[in-house]
Amino acid sequence: MQGIPLRALILFLCFLWTLPTAGLLISSFRQRSAIISSGWWTVFAHPFEFTQWTLENYQSVLTSDGMGRAFLNSLLVSIPATVIPITIAAFAAYALAWMQFPGRQWILAGIVALMVVPLQMSLIPMLRIYTQLGLNGTFLGIWLAHTGFGLPLAIYLLHSSIAGLPKEIIESAAVDGAGHFSTFSRLVVPLSLPAIASFAIFQFLWTWNDLLVALVFLGTRPDVAVVTARLSELVGSRGQDWPILTAGAFITMVIPLLVFFSLQRYFVRGLLAGSVKG
Amino acid sequence: MRDPNAPAWQLLLVALAVGVLGVWTLFFLANDLVSRFPRVWAERIRPYIFVGPALLLLFAYLIFPTIQTLYFSFLDARSQRWVGWQNYQFAFTDRTMLIAFRNNLLWLLLVTGISVSLGLIIAVLVDRVRWEPLAKSLIFLPMAISFVGASVIWRFVYAFQPPGRPQIGLLNAIWTRLGGDPIGWLQTQPLNTLALIVIMIWLQTGFCMVILSAAVKSVPSELLEAARIDGANEIEIFFQVILPYVSKTIMTVATTVVILVLKVFDIVYVMTSGQFGTEVIANRMYSEMFRFRHFGRGSALAVILLIAVIPVMIGNIRSWRRAQ
Repeated sequence: MQGIPLRALILFLCFLWTLPTAGLLISSFRQRSAIISSGWWTVFAHPFEFTQWTLENYQSVLTSDGMGRAFLNSLLVSIPATVIPITIAAFAAYALAWMQFPGRQWILAGIVALMVVPLQMSLIPMLRIYTQLGLNGTFLGIWLAHTGFGLPLAIYLLHSSIAGLPKEIIESAAVDGAGHFSTFSRLVVPLSLPAIASFAIFQFLWTWNDLLVALVFLGTRPDVAVVTARLSELVGSRGQDWPILTAGAFITMVIPLLVFFSLQRYFVRGLLAGSVKG
Repeated sequence: MRDPNAPAWQLLLVALAVGVLGVWTLFFLANDLVSRFPRVWAERIRPYIFVGPALLLLFAYLIFPTIQTLYFSFLDARSQRWVGWQNYQFAFTDRTMLIAFRNNLLWLLLVTGISVSLGLIIAVLVDRVRWEPLAKSLIFLPMAISFVGASVIWRFVYAFQPPGRPQIGLLNAIWTRLGGDPIGWLQTQPLNTLALIVIMIWLQTGFCMVILSAAVKSVPSELLEAARIDGANEIEIFFQVILPYVSKTIMTVATTVVILVLKVFDIVYVMTSGQFGTEVIANRMYSEMFRFRHFGRGSALAVILLIAVIPVMIGNIRSWRRAQ
């Protein structure tokens, strides 16, 4: 297929893929009465009539519906839940790649196997242990949970990149008298920044977008609920309240979309590094 | 951290400090401590300082709970009495469970089949236009959206108003314009399960396209040239050159999608919470845990999910061994 039919087809697919999101975005800026009484596409009849646009929906969902607090909670969950697993995984990956100790191969094989274990396997026992330890509904608890679930993939990806570093560099550092700790922090981490960055994006998007882990370990109390949990609650309680839902949905998407557009290249690289998320 | 009245920015700063610096400090201190040991011992212990935290967490969050869940799956609702295979018997005979299995199978076939083939077709087609990056970004974009966010987007597409009222949902607007009666896409069986599957296809096609696009681009141009000289048309080239060349990547992508779909929870939870015959295994497990507080059945369902991914696990290890 060449020329115009090909372009038309691709254009149509792009249009089809963008349409649902565009509809929601447009609606979120419309007046309450307009959303409920007419389709969002009717705005194109007179797009420059500025009285039909409003920020009211965002204002109300951020304040009275608790989305503002949830947004902050999501940041509180996602940032540490990205940094902690990467740090721990990087240390482990370095040890598995460049230190000699018994059982290395077995540990690696185990990590490859754990990559596909459904995290559902962990929920019931962890929930009980969390209740006993008082970790339920705490940020520390969910950071650790995301860390545990994210580690197999993180170690796997970082290991393949760290093990691929030139042997001479690591050895010459040892000859210069650098210990493992400084070789790791001054040499290996800077050199594997591309891999670290691509996994960071992955893990950040995953923890930001997660609903299941957040529901189980954090719950829906307003002071800890994250955006996905809050939004799903709004769907449950105000399922037909489109002004609230459209604006709420976009608030959950702002950060992931920003990350996506600014760091897309690294994100794709991370995917291509051969990822099977468990 | 537990004071809900603390100013927001303070919480954020503390969290960042703990998250970013805390772990590094722990590693640094542990390493420093080991360095004070006699040299031979220090070098022997140090690897475990580096891998130890990871192993501990893997054990605590994945290995130990997996064993416990296996055990719980043979106990009753409150994990006190041994009930043998009863939970599994329930899982394979209960009516809604059978619906969940049927739906999961449908999800697996349709989402994997359609998003992988659509992803491949788009990857091949998009290779030939100049605005390829933009087109790819637009189709890939839903990858960044949460399942919950995507669910709200599509709830709006599927929105339903009684006949006679203006339809604000895109699909019903088109349908009524064509002369049909408005349809409750999320309440009507079996349309509703298909409606949910469409969301997942919309989300996953971009992922498949990106990976397959990289594979398609790696097909040697000499191979394509040779086929063209032999007089093959574009469709023959697709089936006889490109498809065999990327078949391994297709398997990898399909595997990833299968694992993801098997555990699909968010979409069903947000859209219908499994009502009107849209139940799936993972959502049912959540209901057993939190709505019915039946930990035995919940555990049995988790084990069934695990058993379903074991073939993938073995395949993974095999291909990793080969790559070593």
